[in-house]
Amino acid sequence: MEALKDKLESSFLVLENELNGEAQSAVHALRREAFQRFLQMGFPSKRHEEWRYTNLKPILKPDYRIFPKEDTSVEFKDIKRFFLSDQDTYKLVFVDGVYSSWLSETTHQGFDVCTFSNMLHKYQDVSDEYFAKALPKDEALAAVNTAFAKEGAFIRIKKNITADKPVELLFVSTDHGHEIMTQPRNLVVVEENAEVTIIERHQSLSESAVLTNTATEIFALRSSRLNYYKIQNDNDTASLIDSTSIKQYRNSSVNLGTFSFGNKFVRNNLNFFLEEEHTESTLDGITIISEGQTVDHHTLVDHKVPNCYSDEMYKGIYDGNAKGIFNGKVMVHPHAQKTNAFQQNNNVLLTDKASIDTKPQLEIYADDVKCSHGCTIGQLDDEALFYMMSRGIPEKEGKALLLYAFANDALRNVKLPALRKRLNKQIANKLNVNLDFEL
Amino acid sequence: MLKITNLHANIGDKEILKGINLEVKPGEIHAIMGPNGSGKSTLSSVIAGREDYEITAGHIDFEGEDLSDLDADERAHKGIFLSFQYPVEIPGVTVTNFIKTAINETRKARGQEPMPANIMLKQMREKMGLLEIDSAFLSRSLNTGFSGGEKKRNEIFQMAMLDPKLAILDETDSGLDIDALRIVSNGVNKLKSEKNAIIVITHYQRLLDYIVPDFVHVLHQGRIVKSGDKSLAHELESKGYDWLKEEAAL
Repeated sequence: MEALKDKLESSFLVLENELNGEAQSAVHALRREAFQRFLQMGFPSKRHEEWRYTNLKPILKPDYRIFPKEDTSVEFKDIKRFFLSDQDTYKLVFVDGVYSSWLSETTHQGFDVCTFSNMLHKYQDVSDEYFAKALPKDEALAAVNTAFAKEGAFIRIKKNITADKPVELLFVSTDHGHEIMTQPRNLVVVEENAEVTIIERHQSLSESAVLTNTATEIFALRSSRLNYYKIQNDNDTASLIDSTSIKQYRNSSVNLGTFSFGNKFVRNNLNFFLEEEHTESTLDGITIISEGQTVDHHTLVDHKVPNCYSDEMYKGIYDGNAKGIFNGKVMVHPHAQKTNAFQQNNNVLLTDKASIDTKPQLEIYADDVKCSHGCTIGQLDDEALFYMMSRGIPEKEGKALLLYAFANDALRNVKLPALRKRLNKQIANKLNVNLDFEL
Repeated sequence: MLKITNLHANIGDKEILKGINLEVKPGEIHAIMGPNGSGKSTLSSVIAGREDYEITAGHIDFEGEDLSDLDADERAHKGIFLSFQYPVEIPGVTVTNFIKTAINETRKARGQEPMPANIMLKQMREKMGLLEIDSAFLSRSLNTGFSGGEKKRNEIFQMAMLDPKLAILDETDSGLDIDALRIVSNGVNKLKSEKNAIIVITHYQRLLDYIVPDFVHVLHQGRIVKSGDKSLAHELESKGYDWLKEEAAL
């Protein structure tokens, strides 16, 4: 951990030296400030309340290269499988942290689907207004990302516009024969009464360890509508730390889905800040993991103002010695009356070695609110399985159907047919069956 | 078709079946009656392959093959169907998806191709008509929030779709009003042929007015204590089970 910290420190100096004129910019001042914060905080250990159940040490141990050599050998055929099929989309593809224009399909027609670096250079007003304005200051990993924020997606849907196609973000890491760390940084601004659907994936094409420390800031302005889906299905040498913070303004509606099947390690820090009244937020998650995998969900829904609605549903299925963590914090401030906040976290453990630490954390300081939470940990229902088998459905397929039935509520906000189909297929794959779940 | 010889079965340390002998031939309808706790549901579960029971002696042969090493799904593939007394609610799995999966997994086990979707749909429509089931039913979650009558109709609908050789109807009449009883019985009678067989397990005689058995067996304390034709059912209805219990005690 200390080695990586030292390495980041020297890398940050390298970054500063390469900036030339930009070193005096407001953005860079924020980077420096963030890096100082990180140096003070250090990497979180198990002594931190928010990291009690997760040991980052082994994830931070490899000798990651911070600035991998540019690699242009990735062709569309290598990554085609990561995109939705039968669905036209805008695409932003980054290879080892570097934007690949020839693998991407961008636009500036009526709205912007382009890169974070492009935004920094061209739209100073945007960076002044939004950069580093949503992520909480006390998250060390997010601070590191801010310090190194150079590249990633910039999506801005302008007032009254509905994006004509979904946007797919794909971050690939390639094989350099050693470990690499990348730090993608995304900014999404959905302006007044605008609408867009975004799908984000991180995929390693490498056999060496990859650490992706990504951060995304989202601003859903008044009456905007955003669907944002994260597909976390990377290979078993890849680790992902994802810090995503969303600020919502009056009458906006945000659905965020996190679907985790792959990776050696995933930590999601997902924060919703409800800045103005009458917003709607849904947070859905399906986690299906097996031997050797850890997925840690930390969520916060911050009800700062009255009359907002939030609904959170996380389902988890753990096989082998898989380890799950769910920490769902809902904060209702004293004057946030008429808040509706719901949360549920349901888990199935398929073996004695699998584990889930689940911690609903509701802090309610207003008295006229509707809030509920529930968490369950269970096993498969033997009676239901016998019922299935008595109809000729073999045990493996019967279990898969039951598990799918258990989890699929959390697909409730996935309206895009191509994505639904893709997720159903991934769930079937993960449960090792060849079944079409949805009819 | 089905030959049960000296069948003993336990749940835990408790012996429930204490030497059952029963033979069912194609084209026959057998009724198994008996008081609560006599072992009726255990017998149906053991034939269908529920794992909670241990067979301690005797065997069950189906078309000349010993069933004891077969799992419940493999028995289903051979053509055995159990209509549950309490069908299980499975939220999130639609009736259509469940039946489609059951049929195609059965076909796969038999080395057949999956059934084409249009043929499956046509068959579903046909069988739904037989059981007076509304088409909206197909997209509902399996048994979830179904009334007692809907659950039993759904069981017979599945039986119609799977077309088993041997169907065991476990207390299919319980929880049914008289209209639902008529619809379900009509369905069963239409599915009956010279090639298949049915075992009706029931507490009461009233179902047997609709599904008329060739043989009636009375189960008591894990043994068949009396067998006869359909008149035995009437006799039980008027006299109750006590006289048989006394007879068995002698």
